[in-house]
Amino acid sequence: MATTETTASGIGPVEGGSVYNVDNPAPLIEAPRKRTKKTPRTTRGNFEMAAWLFMRLSGVLLVVLVITHLLIQLVLDGGVSKIGFAFVAGRWASPFWQVWDLLMLWLAMLHGANGLRTVINDYAERANTRLWLKGLLYTATVFTILLGTLVIFTFDPNIR
Amino acid sequence: MPAGTLYRGREGMWSWVAHRVTGVLIFFFLFVHVLDTALVRVSPEDYDNVVATYKTPVVALLEYGLVAAILFHALNGLRVIAVDFWSQGPRHQKQMLWGVVILWLALMIGAIYPVLGHAARELFGS
Repeated sequence: MATTETTASGIGPVEGGSVYNVDNPAPLIEAPRKRTKKTPRTTRGNFEMAAWLFMRLSGVLLVVLVITHLLIQLVLDGGVSKIGFAFVAGRWASPFWQVWDLLMLWLAMLHGANGLRTVINDYAERANTRLWLKGLLYTATVFTILLGTLVIFTFDPNIR
Repeated sequence: MPAGTLYRGREGMWSWVAHRVTGVLIFFFLFVHVLDTALVRVSPEDYDNVVATYKTPVVALLEYGLVAAILFHALNGLRVIAVDFWSQGPRHQKQMLWGVVILWLALMIGAIYPVLGHAARELFGS
């Protein structure tokens, strides 16, 4: 008769020890959150924590990238008046500004998409509404990132 | 509108509301901005035509609003990072918000001439 596995007190089998022994005259109870072989594998990763950290890291970079961008496009050298195809061609002739704009595009789109994901999660109460809004958000985000990347990489100053 | 969205009020809540509103506005502008820039792959004329609307006085005012939204979101974002990562951050969150507001006001005053100057010259002549 297996007396260590089942008891009348309703405690199930305990991993790594018998329910009673000389040193434990009272039943051995596992720590409530102890992970054992029988604990189901967690279905959630650390996605939310990674997203939280990404917002802060990308935020710091975007402060530098975007404020410099505003300074160049809207303040220095005549402000918005100077912008035109020739101005874009002049800037994208340099790999430095290509990388700058590419980095700004990806970081700003992902930062904004994650921000809007949070807003949708906060205000859309029905699961179906959240599903559709996030589907629309992710579609628009992927489209915009791919379009912008394509434009930066395939820009042709002699298009006409 | 879901119930219970009004939190405690005061600086903490209102800066959070302003951070959300400015963030959503900037994100929507970003879509438009990538689309208009994509016109450089269509033709120089199409790009220049669309960029011409950015130079009109009404859109100049919208650009000033965009600068306002971006500067607030950037400065308040740095405050949020300080609250999260600096051990004294939560204790000084109110003072930091007033620092953000004062710096934002100073930068917005500085941006009036560069961002709106050309629109004023167009409207009133120079």
